[in-house]
Order: sequence, then structure tokens, then C-alpha cells
Amino acid sequence: MENFSQRLLRRAASTPSRVAVQLLQAGQPDHTLTYADLCAHAAGYAAALAAAGVQPGAVVIIILQHGAALLAAYWGVVLHGAVPAIMPFLTEKLARERYLADLASLLRITQPAALITYAAFKNEVRAALPPEASVRAVLLSEAVTPAAEWSAAALAGTRADVQAVALLQHSSGTTGLQKGVALSHRAVLNQLQAYGGALQTSSADVVVSWLPLYHDMGLIAGFIMPILSGMLLVLLSPFDWVRRPALLLQAISTHRGTLSWLPNFALNFCAQKIRDRDLEGVDLRSLRALINCSEPTRAESHTLFAQRFAASGLARGALATCYAMAENVFAVTQSEPGSAPNVDVVDPAALSRNENAQALRTLAGGTQMLSNGRALPNVQIEIRSADGATLPERHLGEIALRSDCLLESYYKRPDLTSGAFSGGWYLTGDLGYLADAELYITGRKKDVMIVGGKNIHPHDIEDLAGAVAGVHAGRVVAFGVFNAERGTEDVVLVAEADTPATAELAAAVRDRVNRGTDVALAAVHLVPPGWIIKTSSGKAARSANRDKYQAAVAGTEVR
Amino acid sequence: MTTPTDISNQLAAQIATAVLKTPLHPPLPNAALISSGLIDSFHLVDLALFVEDTFGVQLDDGELNAQCFDSIAQLTALIVQRQAG
Repeated sequence: MENFSQRLLRRAASTPSRVAVQLLQAGQPDHTLTYADLCAHAAGYAAALAAAGVQPGAVVIIILQHGAALLAAYWGVVLHGAVPAIMPFLTEKLARERYLADLASLLRITQPAALITYAAFKNEVRAALPPEASVRAVLLSEAVTPAAEWSAAALAGTRADVQAVALLQHSSGTTGLQKGVALSHRAVLNQLQAYGGALQTSSADVVVSWLPLYHDMGLIAGFIMPILSGMLLVLLSPFDWVRRPALLLQAISTHRGTLSWLPNFALNFCAQKIRDRDLEGVDLRSLRALINCSEPTRAESHTLFAQRFAASGLARGALATCYAMAENVFAVTQSEPGSAPNVDVVDPAALSRNENAQALRTLAGGTQMLSNGRALPNVQIEIRSADGATLPERHLGEIALRSDCLLESYYKRPDLTSGAFSGGWYLTGDLGYLADAELYITGRKKDVMIVGGKNIHPHDIEDLAGAVAGVHAGRVVAFGVFNAERGTEDVVLVAEADTPATAELAAAVRDRVNRGTDVALAAVHLVPPGWIIKTSSGKAARSANRDKYQAAVAGTEVR
Repeated sequence: MTTPTDISNQLAAQIATAVLKTPLHPPLPNAALISSGLIDSFHLVDLALFVEDTFGVQLDDGELNAQCFDSIAQLTALIVQRQAG
């Protein structure tokens, strides 16, 4: 089996002038990168890493904004045989001290040999380095130019063992950055082969993506897969897309896009926020599959999107679903391309008794569950009861999976790694059921919230809110409340106030959380001491407090 | 005619109702909206649509950032300037 570098260099050798990436940037001309361009620029980074004494196999953290330098730096780390990990760049709202504290803990755990960032950011990065730092070099992207000449044989990445770790993938936030999913070359390439088969991909496919590369969906489906599999990648910036969602559909139309991935909320966002004038001339007939993935998929969102864009040529059956996670590289299941995913109508009462392995029955007027399709050919799925027994079809339980593309470990976190597996099966923490071998997701056993496709850890929010003066320490709870209009979860925080609750205190809590995380709170609900329900399990407490909150605010104003 | 104060009040009421869900506590005219994270990127698009529908002024997507406006007062000034031009 080839490794990453061999695969990339083979593409560059056989089709050097083929376009690998068309980078679209608002207000600037498109930037076209052929395989030869990409490899030359990446080879420049590989040479800079070698010159700095960075050893193959070491971790290199990349802190660059979405753009050409990020793409080249990533493959440069790969060609040097080192292990890339992307740290999201500082955003407009995130407090600098919080960001640098998160960076420091990422550096402490991953022990990188080098960082790649901008000259303007160098001093701040240096300040975040822990005293006994492993970091040999901070490379500046401005100083790295494409290599005028380079030879494949001189690149250490061509000698990387396929069983070695190829990359680290982190989810966002303080907790997520301390849990890097380590994936081997073999695992990633096994995923690409299995997933490419499920989607029946070919070199005629054109992937259009606005997803950030630090997220598994953006990194694998919207970056590594198209480049290593020889499909044209048309890449937009997430910052441009969120301000003008029509850009995605316009790019699909202009570049005859065939495949695109988005989280569920983006279907609602596009259907609701795009103006008709931005759809003039937009033709979506080229689209084979627009794949809803990374947060619970909703039948209502598919209906909304399909109705809004049918007039633009969106094919019936182009909307697809996928269940994915970084721990399996990416996809676990995929619905059949070209046909709309099945909808299973079930009794909502059975769903609400989540962990009781309740047999489901089909019921008119019940809850519409959208199928996530069948397991990829290299993946086995089982549904487990609370005591670990394998359950039959149409029984709710925890989703366990086994495949040839699972993570090697949570990087340098043996404590987390051992707890994630049971007898070779990875326990996902997601709840669902199988029907006709298709997977339906019903909820989560773990605490994490999923907001706009991003995993958000409630502890991160509670720690920040609990430190605000006037909030009773330790008496805060954060949870997600599904917002049907947005098609994703709203984050709500309930806090007990030491003093009479005021609008100023609520505003201070909101500000602390908004500036300390990458979510914006939808509501801050201040309550008197003793309001919050405490139990031995954080998960149970969150769900009990969510119920109490929803009962309290029903029909009243949220402060 | 719509005065700058009317515009400012309408913006504050819209943000309080649609974004913050605190209709009794509208944000102050000079409170930071974007750099504070009070309005996330998704709500910025809503705000641009509201401005267009209510005041007949188009905001370019390149203007939806804290450099162009970060408060109700600054957004009001931008709207007044556009309406005059």
C-alpha cells in the first residue's frame, strides 16, 4: 500500500498540470493550484522543516487561516514525513488569553517539534510555549516559497510506514483540543477506498466545499479525499460562506460540482437566507450528492432545502445522508447516492425512553427519522444495550463499530483510548437503531452538544460561566435545545445567581462564554440558589435541567 | 421620515428580540456586537436581511465584520450614509 506522500507524488507525476484545487476567495481572483504547484509549494515547506531539524514522525501544528498557505503547509508536513495537526486560527471574537491557554494545552499534550504560522503571530505563539517546550522551530509561512527544484527521493515522507500515524484531528474548544484523534496512513487510505466505493466516485467528480479544514468533514471529504483521489476540489472559505451562503450554490453551478458536504443546519441556513436574486442563473443539475453529515440529520431540513432549490435544478435524490466521526477517519455509513434516504416513522414515546431498547413500531403521525444509510463495506455496526449485549434490529442502543479505518489512539492519551474501546469495538457514545441494515440516529449517550456541526463540550462553557462574579460557583449547567427553525441545537446556560438576578449579570455571563468559546449562547437563564437539579451523573443532570428549563420558559420571556 | 434615533431603536429592538431573546433588555448603542461574540456569524446574515428589508439599504457580505461596524451606533451611521447616497 502507498503512503500519503507516495500517493500525492504519483498524482503529481502522472498529471502535473491537472488542477488539484480551485481556491475561491471573496473579493479576490480565483487561485488555481495544479498538482505540480501544490507539490512544489509543499516541497518548500518540507525543505524548511528539514532545515530546522524537525524529525520525520514528529507532530507539526499549523496555525494558518483558510487559504493557499494552509494547503501547501499541510502537504509540506506530510512530504516531510511529519504529522500535521491544524489549530484553528484566532477569530474576531475569541478572547486572546483563552485562545493562547488552549494552544498551550494543545502543545503540552501533543509535544510538537514545530509550528507553522504568520510572522505577525509569532510572538504570541512563542509566549504560549510551555517552559520545557518540545518545539524546535516556529516556521513563518511568509518565508517559505515553492521549491524551484525538488526530487521525490529526497522527501522523507515517501519512506513513511503506512501503519504510522499520518495526521492528528482535533475537535474544537478547550476539551476538544486535548483529545487528538491519531490516524494512520493505512486507516485514511482504507477510508478513501471504501467511501469512494460507496459514493461511486471517479476522477470526473468535482467536490465543492466551504468547510473548515480543522473539522473532520472538511479535512477528509473536503480536502484530503479529493486531492489524493484525483477529484477537482473547489474550495471556498467558511468565513465567506457564512456571510453569503449563496456562494456555495453559485460555485456548484459555475464549476459543475458533483459532490458537496454540509452539516444539517446549513440546509436550513441556505433555504432561509439566500435571496432569489442570488439564484439567478444558478443551475444545480450537475450535483450528484449533497451530503448531510456531522450533526443529526432531519427529514424536515431535507424537505425545506429540496423545495427551495428544485427550481434551480436540484435533482430529486441529490440530497443524501452520512454518519461520520473522526475516530473512523470520517464516514461510517452513507445513503445510496441518487436516491432520497428512507424516512422511518416511529412512535415518539418509544424514542423518549431512549436507553430502554424499546422495540419500535411504525406509526402514522409519528416522528420522522431520516436514514443515514448502510455501513461502508469495511465497517461493521452493532447496537449495544446498556449492559453490552448486542441488540436486534429496531432496538435502541449505543452504536458500536469495527473497521479497518479506526483511530490508532487519542494521541498521548492512553487514559481516553482504553475507555473508548470494548473488545476491538469502538463505542461511539451515539444512540440509534438499525432497520433493514440502515442506521438511524436517535440521540447521544455522551455529554457533547453538536451546534452547526461542531462538537461543543458543556464543561468548557460551565467552567467559564461559573467563574463570573455573582454566579454561585459550581451551580451552572449548559445544555443543547433543538431549534427546529435553525435545524441545529441552541446552547442554553442556566446559572444560579448569588445576588438577585439582573440583566447586567446575564450580560456578563453571556460575554464571558461568547468570548471564551466558539459558540454564541442562545439564552442565559438566571435562577435563584437551589434551582439546579444535581445528580451523580452530569448527563442525567443536564437532561433533567433541560426539562425543568423548558417547562419554566414555556410561554414566558427568557431573561 | 426615519431619524437616526428611529433606526437605532429599531436595530436594538430587532437584535434584542431575534438574537438575544431579551426583548426587555435591548443592547446599548455603543455595545460591541461582533467583536464580543454577541452576534454570531449566522445572525449577521439575518441582520443584513433585516437592514435591507426595513431601511432599503444593501450591506455587502464583505461589510459584515467588526471593521465595518461593531455597534448599533456604527451600523446606524452606515445606514444613514447609504440612504443619503
